[in-house]
Amino acid sequence: MTDTAVPAPRRETGPYLRVEELRVSFDTADGVVRAVDGVSFTVAQGRTLGIVGESGSGKSVTSLAIMGLHDPRRTRISGRILLGGRDLVGLSEEGMRRLRGRDLSMIFQDPLSALHPYYPVGRQIAEAYRVHSPGAGRREARARAVDMLGRVGIPQPGRRFDQYPHEFSGGMRQRAMIAMALVNDPDLVIADEPTTALDVTVQAQILDLLADLQSEFHSAIILITHDLGVVAQVADDVLVMYGGRAVERGSVAQVLRRPQHPYTWGLLSSVPSLHGDADADLLPIPGNPPSLINLPPGCAFHPRCRYAGRNGTRSSTEVPELRQVVERGHLVACHLPEAERQRIHQTEIAGQGVAR
Amino acid sequence: MNAVDASLPAGAPARPAAEPLLRVRGLTKHFPVRTGFRSRGLVRAVDGLDFDVRPGETLGLVGESGCGKTTTGRMLVRLLEPTAGSIEFAGRDITHARRGALRPLRQDLQIIFQDPYASLNPRHTVGRIVAMPLQVNHIDPPGGIKKRVQELLELVGLNPEHYNRYPHEFSGGQRQRIGIARALALRPKLIVADEPVSALDVSIQAQVVNLLRDLQRDLDLAFVFIAHDLAVVRHFCQRVAVMYLGKIVEIGDRADIYERPQHPYTKALLSAIPDVTTLAPAGRIRLTGDVPTPLDPPSGCRFRTRCWKAQDICATDEPALTPRGGGQATACHFPEPVNPSPEGPPAGTSPEMEAGRAP
Repeated sequence: MTDTAVPAPRRETGPYLRVEELRVSFDTADGVVRAVDGVSFTVAQGRTLGIVGESGSGKSVTSLAIMGLHDPRRTRISGRILLGGRDLVGLSEEGMRRLRGRDLSMIFQDPLSALHPYYPVGRQIAEAYRVHSPGAGRREARARAVDMLGRVGIPQPGRRFDQYPHEFSGGMRQRAMIAMALVNDPDLVIADEPTTALDVTVQAQILDLLADLQSEFHSAIILITHDLGVVAQVADDVLVMYGGRAVERGSVAQVLRRPQHPYTWGLLSSVPSLHGDADADLLPIPGNPPSLINLPPGCAFHPRCRYAGRNGTRSSTEVPELRQVVERGHLVACHLPEAERQRIHQTEIAGQGVAR
Repeated sequence: MNAVDASLPAGAPARPAAEPLLRVRGLTKHFPVRTGFRSRGLVRAVDGLDFDVRPGETLGLVGESGCGKTTTGRMLVRLLEPTAGSIEFAGRDITHARRGALRPLRQDLQIIFQDPYASLNPRHTVGRIVAMPLQVNHIDPPGGIKKRVQELLELVGLNPEHYNRYPHEFSGGQRQRIGIARALALRPKLIVADEPVSALDVSIQAQVVNLLRDLQRDLDLAFVFIAHDLAVVRHFCQRVAVMYLGKIVEIGDRADIYERPQHPYTKALLSAIPDVTTLAPAGRIRLTGDVPTPLDPPSGCRFRTRCWKAQDICATDEPALTPRGGGQATACHFPEPVNPSPEGPPAGTSPEMEAGRAP
């Protein structure tokens, strides 16, 4: 009785994107910037990974490395980025160009600077299509672009096709960007702060749109954001980055409901919320994010961590590894003994701020 | 006014009876738009605002981009000239006061800017930046300017030793603290804070919000806090005004706005905020479309083009900001029902609603 019409799983099984021990560094006049320092994660098709971190945590550098958008003369990349089985690290620019846009594409934060101001929006989308469909004629590309504009919810797509980016509002531009990113039906979409420049009501529309399109196209999505609220709404898995390293990884419920890393605790308790006691003080993380040239030794978070002194000097000498905690798939890089971490979370953290 | 006061039941809830520090009536700013020599009409950035700020009170101005909140803030400190309406500060009309007349008032009325990178002169030391307001106003504090500046730096949580450093040596959060120290230098009574934390990372944002709260309490400062982030505003402001396309659509105490919003826009705005406490998409109100252009705002109620409650009357009659009791006022023909108050007529009507009711 099995339904044979079910489409076969695309390519091989297993996660579509597998990043292993990715390291990205830049040589600058002030020293070597280790922007990403040994990050690993996977994203399966139809799933959304949220990468969370403050500025300078390496989240955007990671995404640009996957897209192959770093200048090879200035950047050193090591580790493996396996996209559907192919390693993207060390791939030639020509080879990368063939994949970019077709197999993986990116939605940038600022659509105004990502769209070319001299060309009509539709033409830019059609161009992205023709690059990867050599047989497609002008008319077919136009039809495809108009179709995409309509699918992302732009009214009168036929008329909008010939308009320029400045004639679009912020939300419409971001929709056009999404249309461009999805025009070749890529299997991996990286969205770098896709809604940060937008108003909340428009942000809600765009997040809904991304979710709808994901269920339609079944793509893997990496969503990079600093907004924990956005992550809570759309992500399946979460990766928390600090100082170029992953400090916590797990499902959205594990990381946001039962966080185990002191940095994640700090992030959650410093976000103002719409619920709870409005007069209570927020609990910020003291200090500032570290410099990537001069990362603190040991755990990069230890100068700002309230619990760093609890096991001698270990936090300041030894880099903690990402290890599995109680639950399957929940990984934390912290020297605190597991029992103590659980106890702190239960007694001190769980009742505070939005971590509740 | 008298009639309203007389109708107040004896022993009405203790609203601070103090004279408002800032009284804004009918504040309007229209920007002409030209292409070449031809005028293409007016951008109605701010269109008739009425509100009061009492001493020591924090008022939040919230809304999406283009709603006129920044223009309002800039008019309050007179960085922009209002087209119409009046601004009264501490009983004096400063709507069109000249530079000379404004200077003594500037001491009481300061602004904190959004961008901590653009608002500090990169070629001046921190000491000089913070001392500037004192020097301009020829104030010689006891112990000298340097001592006062170092006190201010300490007050905002910076190292006083860093007096001689330049802005580029500081992080974004620290720069914002420098801007706050500068605003505090003249011991103002009212600070207009224009998105003071939106450019900062979350962990730093919480530090600055806490600092502003402490300063507000310790120095009894009044604030007009302009922000698009409703969660931040909830943690900082006692009263909140929600703006849409140059108008206040709802104003009230924090609890009223966040717990019992009556304007559909306020409801939609609140429901659109992704909250960390709810995993997976929440039941949000989906607003369709974008904010219309202020060049040609919709007739009647400006929110009607995106409102799910809109009827014919919304296109023809502009709803006035009408008091709904408890100090809350809403500009809507079909406000959300509230629990009828047992006292009958709404008490605690504030004067700005009187003005709002006028045709």
